[in-house]
Order: sequence, then C-alpha cells, then structure tokens
Amino acid sequence: MSNRRFAITAFVVAIALIGASLAIENAYFFTAAYGVLVFVILATAWNILGGYTGYVNFGTPAFFAIGAYTTVFLYNAFQAPLIVDIVCGTAVAGLAGLAVGYLTLRLRGVFFAIATLALAVVMLTFVVNWEYVGGARGAYVITRGDAPFGFASWKHYLYVVIAVLATVAIVVARLLERSKIGRGLAAIRDDELAAECAGVPTLRLKLLSAATSCGLMGMAGTTYPYFYAYTEPLSIFSLSYAVNSIAMPMIGGMTSWVGPLIGALLLGTLQQLVQVTIASDLNLLITGLLLVLFVTLAPNGILGWFDAWKRRRKR
Amino acid sequence: MDSALFLNAVVAGLLLAGFYAAVAVGISISFGMLDVVNIAHPGFIILGSYVALMVHQWLGVDPIAISVVLSPLFFVLGMALYRVFYLAFERRGQESLRGLAFFFGILFITEVVLILIYGVDYQLVKTAYSETVWRLGEVGFPLRLLVPCVVSVVMVLGVQLFLNRTFFGRAVLAVSQDQLALRIMGVNPVKVKELAFALSIATAGVAGAFLIVIQPVQPSIGREFIGLAFAICVLGGLGSLYGTLVGAVILGVAESFTATYFGPSWAPAVSFGLLLLTLAFRPAGLFGR
Repeated sequence: MSNRRFAITAFVVAIALIGASLAIENAYFFTAAYGVLVFVILATAWNILGGYTGYVNFGTPAFFAIGAYTTVFLYNAFQAPLIVDIVCGTAVAGLAGLAVGYLTLRLRGVFFAIATLALAVVMLTFVVNWEYVGGARGAYVITRGDAPFGFASWKHYLYVVIAVLATVAIVVARLLERSKIGRGLAAIRDDELAAECAGVPTLRLKLLSAATSCGLMGMAGTTYPYFYAYTEPLSIFSLSYAVNSIAMPMIGGMTSWVGPLIGALLLGTLQQLVQVTIASDLNLLITGLLLVLFVTLAPNGILGWFDAWKRRRKR
Repeated sequence: MDSALFLNAVVAGLLLAGFYAAVAVGISISFGMLDVVNIAHPGFIILGSYVALMVHQWLGVDPIAISVVLSPLFFVLGMALYRVFYLAFERRGQESLRGLAFFFGILFITEVVLILIYGVDYQLVKTAYSETVWRLGEVGFPLRLLVPCVVSVVMVLGVQLFLNRTFFGRAVLAVSQDQLALRIMGVNPVKVKELAFALSIATAGVAGAFLIVIQPVQPSIGREFIGLAFAICVLGGLGSLYGTLVGAVILGVAESFTATYFGPSWAPAVSFGLLLLTLAFRPAGLFGR
C-alpha cells in the first residue's frame, strides 16, 4: 500500500471508530480511551528512535512534559487556542530531542540512553523551580464554556483530538519506515559502521529520527493540561510513561509500526482494567514484569511470534 | 562571602563525596570495566537500604555493620542477575538495546515491589551517632555523614587494591581489554565477569546502608542516583577507581555549593547538568586516555 493510500485509509478508519465511539455515553470510557491513545502515541514515537534506529530513550517523561508545560505556559501567557499549543509543544519537544541528540548521538548508544534519563531529572528540577508554570504546586488549566464544534463535552472533544493525533503519529511512523530514510535507519540499527561506510549520512538520520520521535512525544503531552485540568510535576514526570513507552513496542514488536500499536492497545487496556479492578501500584508491577519477561524470552515481541507462525505455514 | 558558610559547604561536599564514591564504584566496575550497562544499580542500593532497615528494626544493630555482614547475599544476587543477563542478551549480542530495557525493567520492578511492601513513606535509621556533630572551629563534621564517608573510602580503596594486586582483579581488568588473550591464559571471561558483576552489586548493598543513615529513603529516590553515579564514572574516566573518587569529590562539592547558595531544590540538576556537559565536551572523562 502506498503511503498516501495508507494515510487516507488510516484517517478513514480513525474517523469511523471515533464516530462510532461518540455514541457511548459512559464518561469513564473517554478517560480510559484517552489514556490508551496517549500510550499509542508515546509507544509509536519511542519506536521511531528505539525500534527503527536502535537508540534507547529513557526520557519519555521529559519530552511528554515539554509538551504539557508548553500548553500550560501558552495558556498562562496568551490563553492560546489548542491547535497553537499542539504545534508549539511538538516543535519545542522536537528541538529538545534534536539538542540532546546532537550532544550525545555521536557517542555510543549507551550515552544517549543515560543522557535522556538525565534530561528527565533536569527538566523535573527546572519545572519544580519555575513558579510561572505552577512550580511544585502544579497549575490549573480551566476549559471555559461549551466544547468546540458542538461536542457534548470537552472530554469528548479532547478524546477526538488525541485520536487524530494518534493517527498522525502512526502515519508519520509508517512514512518513515517505508521510505529511503527508514532503510537508512534500519542500516544504522543493524550495523552503524557499515552504514556509515556505505554512504548513509548516519548522524543526520539519527538526528532526524530523534527530533521526530521526541516531537511526537511532546505532541502526546500537549492536551494533558486540558484533559485533566490540573497539571502537577510528579504525575507528569511519572516513570510509568518511560516504562510503558519502552514496554509497549518491546511487547508488540519493534520492526514495524503495527508492533507499538498492538502493544499499546493490549498493555494500555490491561492497565486500565487492572487499575479499576485491583490497584494502580500492582498495575505498574505487571508492566515491569511483562517488559522483563518479553525482553528475555520473546525478544521480537508479538510480531515475532506472528512472523514465526507465517514462516512455519509456508514450509 | 561568609567564610564559615563556605568552609561548611566544602566539608559537607567532601563528606557527601565519600558516599557518592560508594554509589559509583559499582557502576565503575560494571559499566567501566565489564561493559555491562547496569542502570538497575540504584535499585539495588535502595534494596540495600531497606534490607538494612528491616534487620535494624529486627535486631537493633548498626545498619552499616549489617550491610557488610549481609554483602555476600547481594553478591549471590549479582551472580544470578549476571547469569540471566549473559544467557538472554550478551551471548546473543543484544545487550545494547534489549539489555538496557531489561535492566530498566529490573529497576522498575524493585521500586514497585518496595512501594507495595513499605509504601511511599520516607524511612530513616537512627544510629547511636546520628545526632553527634564533631566541631573543628566553625566547621561541623556530622557523624551521620562522616562514618559512611570513612567506611566508603576504605571500601573503594579496598576494591581498588583487590583489583590491582590479585590474579582475579587483573583478570577483571583484562576482560575489558582483551578477552581472547584471557581465554588463552586459561581463564573463562564469562566467569570473571560474573564474579566482578557480583562484586559491584555487593557494593550497592553497602552503599544502601550508608544512604539510609545519611538521609530518609523512599523507594523511588533510586533513579536520582542513576545520573549521579554515571556522571561520576564518566567524569572520572571509565574503569578507573581513582578517577571515580575524584569524580565523586567534584560532584559532592558542586552539589553542596548549589544547595548552600541556590537552595537544595536545585541540587539534583547539578549531577545531570555535569553529566550532559561531560558527555558533550569530554566524553572520555577528565583522566580518560
């Protein structure tokens, strides 16, 4: 399927699903679905750098927070409309990814991983000390009046927005994956030295991949302040974002855009169920255990099982 | 500038540096010498804190003494962990991406399990010397910092001597340089790495006991030490324990000054800022080749 046809199909499917789901009256559904869709974006974004290029990013919360706090800042300063928040949040997070990438992607992959961990703590310290965006106390972003475009409530509207953003993320991921750039990234992942020798502009591709990946993570965070109304550093910088965005592609499979999508839908839904029925701490434990189990025993994830099954049938 | 405040900041930084060296020495071994990027190391430090706390509540013995006695337990834990890591990742050459995710998962699991058992309350162990402060003129030496500092420096120097003077220690250094030569000498590099990795986890257990004497501990503070430990190792140059000591001193003093003059809430950013700067401008470390 060509990229254009894929994009059109993806958006048609998304619109159909969104349209159907709007008939649901249960308010909890929108909160749960919003949570899962945020994870779809984060997992897809992480996979662009982690799965396609082979560089581990532990700093998902940092880039997510850049998106969220750009919204808080723009809200406090100009009461900016949501679309401006989304564009600016994505751009700022992308630039941050580019900067960290420029500093560390020339070194061994490990250093990039450690630097992103470092960035999360630096950003947390910075936000806690920055009173204008609420500091340690947190900030309120209040949605006033009726929801735009005749939606029943702001939660419905933001759910539709995040669904569109998730579709954008998946289309971007597939676009990269199936292009010449994607082949370059795969070459870097498999053997960076050989790729460099074969004339692949490795640094430039890595930077592009880092900026796209981190920008999309920021995009996932831009609607957070509106959806939850209250934005507070410790929940934004929660390690659960970092673990989930790594666990989901690892569990789903990292070679294609389908993997993170499967992983995010499965693990995200599982977590929502556990959170409602048992406890939220246990839910984190399950994520951690699944990550370790999959990475040790099924390194290619669910997609890997599927590939093995297809190969066996062919024989 | 107030000279008493300045001197106290220097001393507090140096005392803190002793503890930081204990935190970083394990990473120096596993990351610097064995090339095993164990980002779960801080998880074992916090585990050490809680083990010391548990035994202390049970028997009332000094936590640092407990940790030294129980360090073989952590040694065995480290051996088991390395064996899993080797079989699942290193042997297949997948340590860079999936191995990192594996250790990250381990870090996360230890954190969540400790939260499930002990909750998110801060815990501290009060020892006989916790309240005592020795004074030298205007400068104070709180024993709750001084005791861990002294024990830690002894431990780091002991590990360094062990690595330099024994056959096993030289084998560890050789693993990072030439595995083939090691094999020809009749030594199994995997076995050497397993024992050295176990040694690094044992130091984490002891460092955990220092931590709970120095400050209140909560399961999720572990990740603050990731950046700290890696910053010290990279700053000091990977694989050199003397470098680790120097890196610890630089970081301890820098953090102490930041806390004194800008407020403690900025202190966590120091280690990470230094780490980012080092990676950007001098990735081989101050004493790197």
